[in-house]
Amino acid sequence: MRVTGYKPRILLGKAGLDGHDRGIKVIAAALRDASMEVIYTGLRATVPSIAAAAVQESVDAIGLSILSGAHVSICRELRKELEKRNALDIPVVVGGIIPAADWPLLAEAGVRKIFGPESPLDEVVEYFRWVVEPRAWANGNGPRPVGEGV
Amino acid sequence: MKKRGSGPEPRSTAAVDPYRTRSGIPLEPYYGPEHLRSHPPPPGVFPYTRGIHRDMYRGKVWTMRQYAGFGTPVQTNERFRFLLGEGQTGLSLALDLPTQLGLDSDDPLALGEVGKVGVAVDSLADMETIFRGIPLDRVSTSMTINGTAAILLAMYEAVARKQGVPADRISGTVQNDPLKEIGARGAWIFPLDPSMRLAMDLVEDTLSRLPRFNPISIASHYRDAGANPAEEMAYTLSAGIAYARALMSRGISPDDFGTRLSFFFYTYTNFFEEVAKYRAGRRIWATWMKEAGATQENAMRMRAACVCGGHSLTRAEPLNNLARITIEAFAVACAGLQSVFTAAYDEAYAIPTELSAKTSLRVQQILALETEVAKVADPLGGSYFVESLTDSMEDAIRAVMEEIEKRGGMVEVLRTGWLQRQIAQRAYEHQRAVDEGQIPVVGVNWPKDLPREEAPVEVQPLSEEAAEEQRRSLERVRRERDPAQVEKALARVADEARGEGNLMPAIREAVLAYATVGEITSALRRVFGTYEPPSLF
Repeated sequence: MRVTGYKPRILLGKAGLDGHDRGIKVIAAALRDASMEVIYTGLRATVPSIAAAAVQESVDAIGLSILSGAHVSICRELRKELEKRNALDIPVVVGGIIPAADWPLLAEAGVRKIFGPESPLDEVVEYFRWVVEPRAWANGNGPRPVGEGV
Repeated sequence: MKKRGSGPEPRSTAAVDPYRTRSGIPLEPYYGPEHLRSHPPPPGVFPYTRGIHRDMYRGKVWTMRQYAGFGTPVQTNERFRFLLGEGQTGLSLALDLPTQLGLDSDDPLALGEVGKVGVAVDSLADMETIFRGIPLDRVSTSMTINGTAAILLAMYEAVARKQGVPADRISGTVQNDPLKEIGARGAWIFPLDPSMRLAMDLVEDTLSRLPRFNPISIASHYRDAGANPAEEMAYTLSAGIAYARALMSRGISPDDFGTRLSFFFYTYTNFFEEVAKYRAGRRIWATWMKEAGATQENAMRMRAACVCGGHSLTRAEPLNNLARITIEAFAVACAGLQSVFTAAYDEAYAIPTELSAKTSLRVQQILALETEVAKVADPLGGSYFVESLTDSMEDAIRAVMEEIEKRGGMVEVLRTGWLQRQIAQRAYEHQRAVDEGQIPVVGVNWPKDLPREEAPVEVQPLSEEAAEEQRRSLERVRRERDPAQVEKALARVADEARGEGNLMPAIREAVLAYATVGEITSALRRVFGTYEPPSLF
């Protein structure tokens, strides 16, 4: 049974200068519809500000949308910034136009999953649900059967 | 949104009913004379439903304009010469994001973005390189630039002057449409009001000084962000109205600016609805301009360019995209637009390769030369279906435009975030409908249970070396220019920004002093501030 009173908190970030935010807004709406709490940085967030917000808001996962081609440098920088803040356990998920040749580079930078322009929403939502579970457990917010007190 | 006439139904039904168009217009099994509401006059006659010229493409075939520009100015110059050699008839300059946002290539925020989605232009020196050996009195250039349009246009004019081409001989278009950056594309810099002022300063200055340059191309990026076709046309025409009102309030007559405005739209694979969209749009725009006081026919004609591709292209099975852009370009030719950009089949992946860019251009050449579409104006005119759909689209577009007027006009709906929310909602509905298979996208959700595979396409290599080279050349410019002259010019830009005069002369002076895009933008930003998007949630 997966239904719980816990609302995972997801930080969605649009790093870099690209202003195409159709994708990230759609993901935000889908995660909200799936009863998650979404914090969106807005356009042109710097990587340090994304890492800082993730720690400050104690989010369960970070989702980055990158379409500009700057994904490798952004993800490497994010890893450094998370490390500085002792927050490498926050899973990072990337969506955007990421050529297959770059997938290993992103994996090296600690990215847990990459979604493309045609990834179905339900798959993205399910993945976030799955990836936040260990952290939710660790925070004492693990899944409980329905009926158990909150 | 309320139902009005045959306008769009409330939200989600429009997306799920297979017998409705993308804008929610119900489709009959067949059409006959009983569905005709009007018989539009011939092409070239007000309100130009059937096209803005009587002889349409016999007089001049549409401009085939492929978007190009990547890496360094030197590489872009090479690509331009290649495309001109292949028979392309106009140049289209894509700028990288730092240039679009007024950041120099050595700005920390530009790290990793220099030369990525277009070419980097830091100073006049880069523009000189891009157009080296290309006679600016013989080509027309379209620059996809908005926030920093004034700076880039000043640079283009300066390059022409150095080639010995006088200002009144250069031709082309700058996009210069800050409203769509705020509403849909996100490359905004200044708040709404100063953005409008700067854009209108450019228009006013160009009207008097560059008679062959179109100072604004009102663009429909709302569509690629999620809007349906009727909304796309409504938002874009409403933006046109906002600009027209701003110019009239400066005492410029509709006859004077009407001849120089142009529009830029998106075309997807919904063939007949796209044709109807353009026919209806021309009719609405001509009528509005006439009511606004235009008396010259040329001031009422909706000149339009378009991109075929955008969000309609898929990453899966990329060669399918060639079929898509062919259908889209055919729709555009049937609709009688003036300029066409066909995206490359690998656009959902990367910057196009030489092969994909050339093949896209070939699609247009095949349409223009091997089919009859360029020989007869408005070839679909008189079709019961197309005429009826044109009327229905007109109703749907007008309904949305009235809604915007009721809310205070385009600038106000952007200020409150109403428009941005509408678009985000539509994008979400669309994605849900695609995921659920209600909107078929061949190769993506149809046939069912397609194995998902990474398609092998050749990717244009982009290296950080290009960015390094760009930073070195910027350093050289900074070293070689006269710092006192730069400082004086930038102070004048800031002074003018504080006042109410036209900003263009000060910007031209700064450009000639080799002040950079970043420096000029900063001078303006110190006075104007930065745009703050409204909260959408």
